[in-house]
Amino acid sequence: MFDFLDSGQYDLLGAFWVTAKLALYSAIGSLIWGTALAAMRVSPVPLMRGFGTTYVNLVRNTPLTVVIVACSFGLDQTLGITLGADRSEDIGFRLAILGLIAYTGTFVCEALRSGINTVPAGQAEAARALGLSFFQVLTLVVLPQAFRAAVAPLANVLIALTKNTTVAAAIGAAEAALLMREMIENEADALFAVFAVFAFGFIVLTLPTGLFFGWAAKRLAVKR
Amino acid sequence: MSGESVSKSVPRGPEDTPRATDDLVVLSGVNKHFGALHVLQDIDLTISRGEVVVVIGPSGSGKSTLCRTINRLESVDSGTITIDGKPLPAEGRELARLRSDVGMVFQSFNLFAHKTVLENVMLGQIKVRKTEKKAAEEKARALLDRVGVGTQADKYPAQLSGGQQQRVAIARALAMGPKVMLFDEPTSALDPEMINEVLEVMQQLARDGMTMVVVTHEMGFARSAANRVVFMADGRIVEQATPEEFFSNPRSDRAKDFLSKILHH
Repeated sequence: MFDFLDSGQYDLLGAFWVTAKLALYSAIGSLIWGTALAAMRVSPVPLMRGFGTTYVNLVRNTPLTVVIVACSFGLDQTLGITLGADRSEDIGFRLAILGLIAYTGTFVCEALRSGINTVPAGQAEAARALGLSFFQVLTLVVLPQAFRAAVAPLANVLIALTKNTTVAAAIGAAEAALLMREMIENEADALFAVFAVFAFGFIVLTLPTGLFFGWAAKRLAVKR
Repeated sequence: MSGESVSKSVPRGPEDTPRATDDLVVLSGVNKHFGALHVLQDIDLTISRGEVVVVIGPSGSGKSTLCRTINRLESVDSGTITIDGKPLPAEGRELARLRSDVGMVFQSFNLFAHKTVLENVMLGQIKVRKTEKKAAEEKARALLDRVGVGTQADKYPAQLSGGQQQRVAIARALAMGPKVMLFDEPTSALDPEMINEVLEVMQQLARDGMTMVVVTHEMGFARSAANRVVFMADGRIVEQATPEEFFSNPRSDRAKDFLSKILHH
């Protein structure tokens, strides 16, 4: 039933490696972008708050496929922005990361904001009373505690991100879902075996993420 | 209730220095609303260098708000506040610099929960005063010893008792070398047996000549450590006098009523 794996025709590991790289780079990028968005949403500057709120509500409510395809058609094919890549595969890979960061950043921002809400107002007041600037209060006192409280919801976001990388197939990034499409066409008689292989591959990627973050959430929790 | 009459009642302070340098904190015509509630009404208050002022009054009288306006944790609607001759800036770097000269101790301690006791006392020194890490640690340990929690330096706030946490909070404020210390009901959240250990630290500070504004319900502390008692009710300063005068011979009915309720049981 699983003979197609031995044929040497499909680079399964290679495809999942691309998926893993997509997920990893997008995760790093969206953590940074999401933190910046959260900082904007709690900042005292009305313009930044307005931008943060508008961006999050706009992008969060747009289907990921639309965001990713817009990156490909809008940036690459219309404006010629390829992020320094030449081969179409690489262009797809890089633009997919850009789209995933733009999209996942909004969820990271909201997870972080819920974490910020668990930090008692007195913590920021005490920090301000010491003479720390807004940026210092945020980075030294509020965000470190917010991140610890947000570990569990952030795990959800990162698991969803890992699975969302499959949308990158739509713009030709050579990741697992693209290979799956090819295998479904070629191995129609072993359809469910193909599904099982890919489902298993994603579980291998996401299950440890969830377990690790569950452990980290307990370990890092701030005692009050 | 002008600044003039206030500073005359101050028992301490050299006679020959000009008044302007003697007044550390000056509030004049301060008004503040919370929605429809007029929580501070035309507050005039002058606090001299080295003076210990205790603010008492029924809850909701605005005494905590008054304390918090002095380092602008609460903004004011009108009036001016100056600290050491400089008007309180509205925001930004200037405000942060001014706040670093004003120590604040909160009812709920507000120690940074993710940092150890030692790190709590070092943070402001390193990030605001730009002190070397080693010097900051030395000073922090000395201050923790001074308030009697030197052995707890490497623990996290949640591992300490309330009294210990509040003493750490005092050390954290002192680490900045403040010109004035504000205490916003520092013992109200403490178990009775821990109140004294905090009051003793505060009394020692008062004896060392620290300028202090203390909002409290501890009448014993007001009697023994204060130079002046300020009695507030309904957003106004109703009366101010030396502790002996205030407790033995309150002038206003509001103060008489308040004292009769808290002193006889």
